[in-house]
Amino acid sequence: MSKTSSSKTWLSALALWGGAALFVALLPIPFRSGFMLSMLSEIGIVIIFALSYNMLLGQGGMLSFGHAVYFGLGGFITMHALNFVNDGVLPLPLELLPLVGGLGGLIFGIVFGYVSTRRAGTPFALISLGIGELIAASSLMLPSFFGGEEGISGDRMAEITLTPFGFGQQIEVYYLIGFWVLVSTGLMYLLTQTPLGRMANAVRDNPERTPFVGYNTHIVRTIQLSLAAFFAGIAGGLFAINYEIVTSEIVGAIPSANVLMMTYIGGIGFFFGPILGAILITLMELMLANITHAWILYYGLMFVAMILWAPGGLASLIMMHKPLVKGRVMSGVLKAYAIMAAPVIILFLGCMGLIEINYHLSLSIKPEDPMHLFGIEFYAQSLVPWAIFLALAFGGFFLFLKTRRIVIKAWQTAGNQLKKKESGS
Amino acid sequence: MTQAALELIDIHKSFGNSKIINGVDLAVHDGERHAIIGPNGAGKSTLFNLISGFYEVSSGKIQLRGHNITNKAPHEINRRGLSRSFQVTNIFPRMSVFENIRCALLWPMKYKYSFWHHCGYRKELNQKAEELLEKINMTDRRGIPAGELAYAEQRALEVGITIAGGADVILLDEPTAGMSHSETDRAVNLIRSVTEDKTLVVVEHDMGVVFNLADRISVLVYGDIIATDTPDNIRCNADVQEAYLGEEVASC
Repeated sequence: MSKTSSSKTWLSALALWGGAALFVALLPIPFRSGFMLSMLSEIGIVIIFALSYNMLLGQGGMLSFGHAVYFGLGGFITMHALNFVNDGVLPLPLELLPLVGGLGGLIFGIVFGYVSTRRAGTPFALISLGIGELIAASSLMLPSFFGGEEGISGDRMAEITLTPFGFGQQIEVYYLIGFWVLVSTGLMYLLTQTPLGRMANAVRDNPERTPFVGYNTHIVRTIQLSLAAFFAGIAGGLFAINYEIVTSEIVGAIPSANVLMMTYIGGIGFFFGPILGAILITLMELMLANITHAWILYYGLMFVAMILWAPGGLASLIMMHKPLVKGRVMSGVLKAYAIMAAPVIILFLGCMGLIEINYHLSLSIKPEDPMHLFGIEFYAQSLVPWAIFLALAFGGFFLFLKTRRIVIKAWQTAGNQLKKKESGS
Repeated sequence: MTQAALELIDIHKSFGNSKIINGVDLAVHDGERHAIIGPNGAGKSTLFNLISGFYEVSSGKIQLRGHNITNKAPHEINRRGLSRSFQVTNIFPRMSVFENIRCALLWPMKYKYSFWHHCGYRKELNQKAEELLEKINMTDRRGIPAGELAYAEQRALEVGITIAGGADVILLDEPTAGMSHSETDRAVNLIRSVTEDKTLVVVEHDMGVVFNLADRISVLVYGDIIATDTPDNIRCNADVQEAYLGEEVASC
């Protein structure tokens, strides 16, 4: 590597991380309401959690069904540490408490990782599920640690802090989370560039071959999982500080499945993929949940659709356009997308209408009452809305199939243009 | 007597009731190119899997430069200086060609399980990886995911990964299988150049390659070595002709 190119990569890295820090710092200016700040805080926590999950799935080839174990235990340990601080037993500033959660995650990660990572694939997936169940079950048997049904709560307005923040206000917690998001993301990215990170890729790609370049796959996986658990523990610690309460639900199967789904939807093949997934799913959870009871269904449908048609997730959907943008042949494809947008919206509206009618019929207290969709009032029992939504769904699907061909053609043309440009230059 | 680079003493291997290897004795001299030939199902690949620790032996002893490596884990045997390739291409498909080679350098260059070194800024590591790419003629393919290479290129990469770590005992399992004539010639030249001053054991079906490359040849039939000798003597060995070679190469 020559000097100029390495200083160039340094500069672009500096610009990227400086830009990210600036973004985190300035974000509360447009979003200053309490709800928005809570939402941003939640997103930050989930970003760390999803990135740490991808250290297993995307980078290490380990499909875990129990990653919330480390998140949850990190949360509980941080909460206990916070209470120790408030009791005057532990002289630790609040800003560093997530690190305690991280260390807790790390220790459990070493123990459970060593037990579960002798083989990847199905054995690992099943053991991770078992460990998840084990911890979830013991959370109700050990009330002194997990706090039983009502969980453990604490007061984050601690005496000792490094900053002038008192952490009484959400914006102060937001900045604490933002700081840890930047640090954790940076460290997790750097990890991918280390010998361990590279060998995690090797173990993912071909665990049979890895021993023949000198590495013990079991140890590679154990260290990778332990470090992932460390970051999950940090995320759990931030959760504890943010909500000031931790219940046994956060070690359970639901958050474990949730982090799997959002990481997958974001895209496991690129480092930034899980960030997209974390943002999208958290936004959906917080915004859509207020609008419709069916949001979980939409979430599930999106997950299934991603697995079927875009297994690389959002990140790969974005990154597949990179060569076209670089070769300046995007315009035709963009036009085709614009044409396809209308049928997709029609199809979506049709399906959504049908789903909402069914939810209204089966879940509302008085289905005979009128329901509302986009401010329009109608009766779920009458035939007209059914007919309209069915027509939209089928019509949209038909038009979608037609316009799909236009998109495929546009891609072919762009590909040919790209080839011509390459051979021309 | 000089010590053998690799020595097998009365090796047996059975899977359930079927005995695949029946008492193989073999001493590979330091610095020689040793070929193992034999009909399909004779146990050639099994023998490689036993030596490299991929399978456990049922009985017998394997020594690498005097060290007992019998039933050691594959990574431990590799760290002792024995490296192997596979009959079915066995690379890291989603990683780039360059990454494939660099991975094979990490342990020998003592990086171990480090998560505090940045691979991109390790000058010596990257330089060595580049040199190896040059050696296997793949510098211009460095950024491509290994899984997207052409077959012959994947085989060359396989050899590259095998020799990258600087192991001095190299086991190659049918390195030219499935290649065209010109590709085979290139592969043989590559093998010859990268295994200079090393001990090479190669399983091969192409007799042209075998007689061209090997200093000595062992013939494995039904899990037993029936002869070990120089290429010329093997060619004229009556047992070998009967068991395997037939009349075609018997021009004594």
